[in-house]
This record gives sequence, structure tokens and C-alpha cells, in this order.
Amino acid sequence: MSESLDPSYIGEGIYKENILDHYKHPHNQGQMKNADIKFTENNPLCGDVITVELKLSRNKIDDIKFMGRGCAISQSAMSMLSDELMGKTMQEAKSVTREKIVEMLGIEIGPVRTKCAT
Amino acid sequence: MPKTMLDIKKIRKDFPILNIKVNGKPLIYLDNAATSQKPRQVIGAMADFYQNYNSNIHRSIHKLGEEATLAYEKSHKKVADFINADFEEIVFTRGTTESINLLAYSLTQELNQGDEIIITQMEHHSNFVPWQQLAKKRNLKLKFIEIDGEGKLKLEQFSELLNKKTKIVSITHASNVLGTINPVEKIAKIVKEKSNAYFIVDGAQSVPHMPVDVKKMGCDFLAFSGHKMLGPTGIGVLYGKKELLERMQPFLYGGEMIKEVTFKDTKFNELPWKFEAGTMNIAEAIGLAAAVDYLGKIGMENVMRHGKELTNYCLRRLNEIKEVEIYGPKERSALVAFNVRNVHAHDTATILDGEGIAVRAGHHCAMPLHSVLGIPASARASFYLYNQKEEIDSLAEAIHKVIKVFK
Repeated sequence: MSESLDPSYIGEGIYKENILDHYKHPHNQGQMKNADIKFTENNPLCGDVITVELKLSRNKIDDIKFMGRGCAISQSAMSMLSDELMGKTMQEAKSVTREKIVEMLGIEIGPVRTKCAT
Repeated sequence: MPKTMLDIKKIRKDFPILNIKVNGKPLIYLDNAATSQKPRQVIGAMADFYQNYNSNIHRSIHKLGEEATLAYEKSHKKVADFINADFEEIVFTRGTTESINLLAYSLTQELNQGDEIIITQMEHHSNFVPWQQLAKKRNLKLKFIEIDGEGKLKLEQFSELLNKKTKIVSITHASNVLGTINPVEKIAKIVKEKSNAYFIVDGAQSVPHMPVDVKKMGCDFLAFSGHKMLGPTGIGVLYGKKELLERMQPFLYGGEMIKEVTFKDTKFNELPWKFEAGTMNIAEAIGLAAAVDYLGKIGMENVMRHGKELTNYCLRRLNEIKEVEIYGPKERSALVAFNVRNVHAHDTATILDGEGIAVRAGHHCAMPLHSVLGIPASARASFYLYNQKEEIDSLAEAIHKVIKVFK
């Protein structure tokens, strides 16, 4: 069990350092008072639920917080996404695509796990 | 522990897929509760039908039609014998889900507002959502037998839930998450003593793994799927007592389920064809018969014993790992649902997949049960007659890898 990690193979290959880092120490996790926007999304495949809260000032995302349980992919994706969205206008935020999120994660994920990330 | 009677090496040769590699490692298939693999006997029987006597059944007056009809009817007979039922009592469906929907739609037609249906907290969505939705639509009351801390049904509570208003009791024989084997014979007796309710058993996880005798079980209906018992997808079974099926309204109307159609009315066909509208999955029925032959030759007692041996071994190996939490009672069917502490089941499954090990991860179509257990998801290893102890050793080893990655 000591072979080096081949990044192309699925297994633990997708659990790269940056992903595990975000998973173990998520950025912007928590709740806020008086959120301007709050929404909850779930993944019916695994039952994961994530709640995101946004604070806006002059149409810009001033603060973002998320809460929920999920796998390393969904949690680290949310953590990275929250960093990415901070300070953006709503218009800019809407232009963040599924592809962009996968790119941020920096891993190849198959169709089954794409739902976790996006 | 009794020695297994099965020649596993010989059995494995019948399953071509067991030779493939996944991520460069030999496939270790531990997702049998989701679907089983198929032996070449089943694949061959279906190919033989398509290559040599493909034809529609019950309507084509030619040689091929006759051969196909005979083979299709023989499939009914073989499945009937497999669970000690009569030929007319076996209706083919697409699977357990369709079998239960057939019952839910047909049986609730005769119910009145306020009538009660009892299911359990551990049901698969297939024996949950149909009842929940029809109860809403028809103003019926849906009640649940709870599970105790070990994952067994609280039977003393069941007697209290039963009353004269109870019209349907529908319970899984074996839980697809906890592995709990419910005492269906005992439950059948209680139902019959205390109510006039129909007693339905979901056999999706039991018929593939243990001898099932509907007469001994005392159920009114039994539903199960072909694809979890070495057969193809798209074919399932509804067993029903003859006198009950005769009284029931058809679920699907159309071709082949009729005796005579006039502009004014329709006379329905006799059993079991009354419930088999349209062209059925003929090749799949023939494949299921081959699966039943295969299991019959090995013997369901032997299949069960082998499953028990593997399950007990898996419980022992996983219990050795302190980071692993296991769900369900000690006595169980051939599956083990678990979680690695602080690791999501999907992450566990992904790392196991990297080792060539296929397990299921998620809520296993039992979201209400997972909410009772207080977990969003679990990983599940499930076994069948071609699995071997070495594969469980590999599973345990791979779980150590999961722990290492997430340390």
C-alpha cells in the first residue's frame, strides 16, 4: 500500500493536498446574522445538504458563509468557491460555471462525482 | 463456523465480468445488493433467444412464436417452483418497484378514507414512496413500525399499530441497509390474527440469498427483482395468492391482458396474463429462468450459508478497525453498511474504487431510515455466491488506506 499516487487514477488520486486542506479547514464555513440571500441545495444522490448565506453591499458579495455536511469534494469545492465569490458582483458570480469549479479543484472527476462538486 | 459447500473457484469461472480489471486492479465486486453479476448461462440463454427463436408470445401463429411462448411460460413455472407458488400466481413485472406499485394502485382502489397502511422505518423507497403517495391521494393513514437501537423492528409496537382499520401491511423481508432479517412468518401470523389486512413482503434482498417458500411464509404477496439474483435487469416478480389476484383490478390495461374487447366493455384475461399488459420482456424472463436454474443447482441453503460466512467474516474484520462504525444487528443478510469516522461514504467509496473494490455509497434508496440512524449516507459492502474471504481482506486493507488519506 505504499505505491506513489498516480494523479490520473481515480482512487485517492483525487484527494490532493489542496482538496484535503480545504476539507479539513474549510474557508468561510459558518452562519451569519442578517444575511441578504440564503438558499439551501441538496444532492439527491447522497442526501448532502448545503446552505449558503450571502451579505451584499452595493450589489457586491461582501461576505459569504456556508453550512452543511458532505463529502470532501463537495465541501472543498464549496470552500474554494466561497473564496472565489467573495467581493464579486452578482453578475460576475453568475458567470462562474461548472467547468470553472472543476478547474479550481484541479482534478479529473467522473460524471458520478461531478454532482458533488457542482 | 460451518465450511462452505460451494466450489467458489468453479463458480467464478461462470462470471466473465469477474476477470476484468478496475483501475489496474482485479475487480472486487461487493455491490451485489444493488445488482448482482450475471453468469454466462444467463447471458447465453438470452442470446440464444435472440439468435434462434426471437418472436412475440401468445399471439404469433408460427414456429418461432410457439417456441418463444413455451419458453416464456416455462419461465413462469420455474419461478413459481423456486418460491413454492403455483404457475398462475406469478406475474412478471419490471422489478420490485413495479410489483409494489401494481399492488399499491390495485389494492388501494378498494380502500376507504381513513383506512390504514402499515410499513416500517427501514423500507427501501420502493416499498415506501408508493404507499406514501397513494395514502396522500386517497386520504389513507400511513403508519410506521419503528426500529430499535440494534436495527430490529419493535414488534410489540406493531401489535399496537394493528387494528380493524388496517388494510395493508407491507414489510421488507431483509433490510438493504441494516441487513436485518425480519421475522415475516411471525408477522404474518400477527397480521392474520389481529386484522383482515393484506400482508405484502418485499423480497428484493431475501429471495436472492435464502430459501423462500411463500406457503410457509404465509404472505399474501411477495415482490422481488430478477437482477439481484443473477438475472437480467427489466424483469421482476409479483407473487400473489390466486384468489386475491383473481379479485384484484388490473394495473395496466392494453394488449394481451384481455380476453375480449367490444366497443362497450372488456373481459380481462385469466391469471397471470391479466396483469401482463403489452409485450413483456421476453428475453429477460428467459434469462431469469436461467438464473433460477443456476441458483437451484447450487442450492439456496448453500447460497445462504456462504453469504453468512462472508458476512460474519466481514463483521469480524471491520470490527477490528476502531475508526469503522457498523450499522445493523449481528444476525443479518449478506451485507454490511458502515462508515469510516469523519469520512463521507462517497469519499470512502471513491478510494475503494481506486483499489478495484466496488461498494455502494449513499442512502441506498432509504432516506427515511438514514434520518433515523442520524447519518446522511453510508458505505455498503454486499456479497454473493462468487465472493471470497480474500476479497474482504482487501476491503479491510483498503479501508486502512481511507483512514490514512483522511488522517
